[in-house]
Amino acid sequence: MTTINTPHDSGHDGHHDEGSYLTPVEGGLVTNIIRWATTIDHKKLGMMYLVAVLIMFFLGGMMAMAVRAELWSPTRVLADGTVTGQLFQWGDGAAQGYENFNRIFTIHGAVMVFLVIIPGIPAVLGNFLLPLMLGAKDVAFPRLNLLSWYIYCLGALFAVASLIGSGVDTGWTFYTPYSSSHASNEYGNVVLMTSAAFILGFSSILTGLNFIVTIHKLRCPGMGWFDMPLFIWAMYATSIIQVLATPVIGITLALLIYERLLHVGIFDPSLGGDPVLFQHFFWFYSHPVVYVMILPGMGVVTEIIAVHARKPVFGYRAIAFASLGIAGVSFLVWAHHMFASMGELASAIFSALTFFVAIPTAVKVFNWIATLYKGSIAFTTPMFYALAFLFLFSIGGLTGLPLATLATDMHLHDSYFIVAHFHYTMMGGTIIAAIGGLHHWWPKMTGKMYNERVGILGCLLVFVGFNVTFFTQFFLGTQGMPRRYASYIDEFQLLHQISTVGSFILATGMFVHAANFIHSLIAGAKAPPNPWGGLSLEWNTDSPPIEHNFHHEPLLTHGPYDYEDVYPPHCDPADYPLPEPLPEGNSTH
Amino acid sequence: MTTMDTHSKSSDTGTPGWKRYAFADHFRNAEDEFDACKLGFWLFLATEILLFSGLFCAYAMFRLLYPEAFAAGSHHLDVFYGGINTLVLLLSSFTVAMAIRCAQRDNQKWLRINLIITIFCAFLFFFIKIAFEYIPKWQQGIRPGILYSNPFAAHPQEPTWWSVYYGATSVHALHVLIGAGLLSWCLYRSIRFKAYGPKHYTMLENAGLYWHLVDIIWIFLFPLLYLIH
Repeated sequence: MTTINTPHDSGHDGHHDEGSYLTPVEGGLVTNIIRWATTIDHKKLGMMYLVAVLIMFFLGGMMAMAVRAELWSPTRVLADGTVTGQLFQWGDGAAQGYENFNRIFTIHGAVMVFLVIIPGIPAVLGNFLLPLMLGAKDVAFPRLNLLSWYIYCLGALFAVASLIGSGVDTGWTFYTPYSSSHASNEYGNVVLMTSAAFILGFSSILTGLNFIVTIHKLRCPGMGWFDMPLFIWAMYATSIIQVLATPVIGITLALLIYERLLHVGIFDPSLGGDPVLFQHFFWFYSHPVVYVMILPGMGVVTEIIAVHARKPVFGYRAIAFASLGIAGVSFLVWAHHMFASMGELASAIFSALTFFVAIPTAVKVFNWIATLYKGSIAFTTPMFYALAFLFLFSIGGLTGLPLATLATDMHLHDSYFIVAHFHYTMMGGTIIAAIGGLHHWWPKMTGKMYNERVGILGCLLVFVGFNVTFFTQFFLGTQGMPRRYASYIDEFQLLHQISTVGSFILATGMFVHAANFIHSLIAGAKAPPNPWGGLSLEWNTDSPPIEHNFHHEPLLTHGPYDYEDVYPPHCDPADYPLPEPLPEGNSTH
Repeated sequence: MTTMDTHSKSSDTGTPGWKRYAFADHFRNAEDEFDACKLGFWLFLATEILLFSGLFCAYAMFRLLYPEAFAAGSHHLDVFYGGINTLVLLLSSFTVAMAIRCAQRDNQKWLRINLIITIFCAFLFFFIKIAFEYIPKWQQGIRPGILYSNPFAAHPQEPTWWSVYYGATSVHALHVLIGAGLLSWCLYRSIRFKAYGPKHYTMLENAGLYWHLVDIIWIFLFPLLYLIH
């Protein structure tokens, strides 16, 4: 027990002999599994989310590979009735094959959106890091946190059950009447899949609620709002959207299930319902949620760039307020998914509002670049990923502008241009940031170093594979290839084949990372507490952190990015020299 | 709401539960914990409002599309039972507020009496809803969606009105049951442990807030469904 009384010593501090949170308890495997399954420790829950999300990422990724494989050659029904070029032909003939294709891309979309990208960064990195960065012992409601994980798993089970029951062919958006029509005999599967999204919504709400309260109430002494790392600001903006948008999809999907089971005529046009109402409801949630996907990615990239370039973040407040600005504008743009079904004035207004999103986003991009300027850039895997994010997300963001423009959107919507655009933002943005963040915090989370060279190799494969896969799709889209089709005209075959080759390079990169991580767990070098010289509080504690996070409740004495004033904790000061102060009288003021 | 009450499980000592309560170890003090629980619960209430907003939007949309069907349908609703239920919920909102006040003043007896009245009102509301509204209508064939079989529909879109009616009121009734469950849990803890007193009444307060939400949603549903023709 320590003899020094810090101002807020509540008697629970001073766990000097305490082991890391990963230390097994005595009593064998079963006891340990039960301990993990009933844990309320945010770090263990973060790791449990990581495992669950990675399993789903593998499932969704395999579905994507299946889609790309099917598109290697166009499906043709020859004059004598034989079908060529179709891979997924179980069941009868070409029509059944098309149906299977629809199911596979639906599973890919639904799994990736609802089970991977939305929970990915908040539930994995957010859960693990938020209390550490705030200097807290845990999130505000630890038991609620455990409940969220079980709700997530229940949702995942529903989605997998629907997949086993031959799947859903509605697309991940569940548009009516695809999802409500009487003719389809797949009652159970659509209900299962929409229930999965409904259940996952609760997990998302509870996580967001937990984070907001934690940020408000559990910042350590000395930490004001503008002393928080920017990742926390991004999580705060994300959580607001999660809490305010997700209930709307809850009631929408509940009504959809009601429609599906009882044919109540709310969304089904053949009963006097309004399918466009469903689309408005759906996008009132799903467009803000696009920013639930990207904002945490932006937060991760801010941390990586600051730490690996050893520069104070340029425009801290601008980035913090840009996060909140994106969250605010995100609620006002949903109808740009329905330009074709609205009046001219409404379309013009939503088009203009959509352009507003570009402003806070561009503020962030310029601030990241300004942070890199004259920084001491270390070319580590996280930094490579942050740079990849800047390239890919800029392309994704800029190709959003022609889609916000009414005239060009009429030509480009529902084409491969859209597919390429949102993969550049969702995958090139969120997933790239998530993998970068996973490398950045891997030593902290597991206590093991990964192999830097293999990490960089994986990053290059992912970057090249990603661009080969999706840049071609911009060309396909502008030339008129519609999304969600299993067949196409012969002129598109070359571009489709390039895209498919790219997807295999991309997958190879992912497997390189997986192998690197597994090798690191088995034979990686022990990680020091602060391998990158970071200043935010998570680098203050051991790697992996002890059960109660910190030996003493931290007292914040410097900002998260004061690289020019403070030596990083647990590091040799010789490795991180501070800049010489300007001589007296030579001030620029 | 979930982190409280960690340390008040044992009931063997004579001390009331609220005096024995120690706040959870990751908070700095009891006030922080109370504030955190309140903030979390208000956020949860915001999600509940947004959940119902979808139903209100659907109502507004179909009222615009099929005004005659909605007028015809709402004539079938009995303002008398709707009004009684409104009074029942208003009374219960008053008693739950009084229960919280009693906890703050350590009046354990009236705390329980008020809670019992509130829970009784919740079940009374549910009983009136089922016995005098749902069941008679169901027997006349006035049912949601494909189950609708009343031959005297005044308008071809009347089933849509009934779908909205059953959707909105059944989701609300579900909330009545959840609220009654929360309050019953509070009553049990109050009787067993004297869990709520001047220094610790977080869960009771949050259950009360939830109950007010259930009440206020009905205050909006009642005129929209029963009174506008």
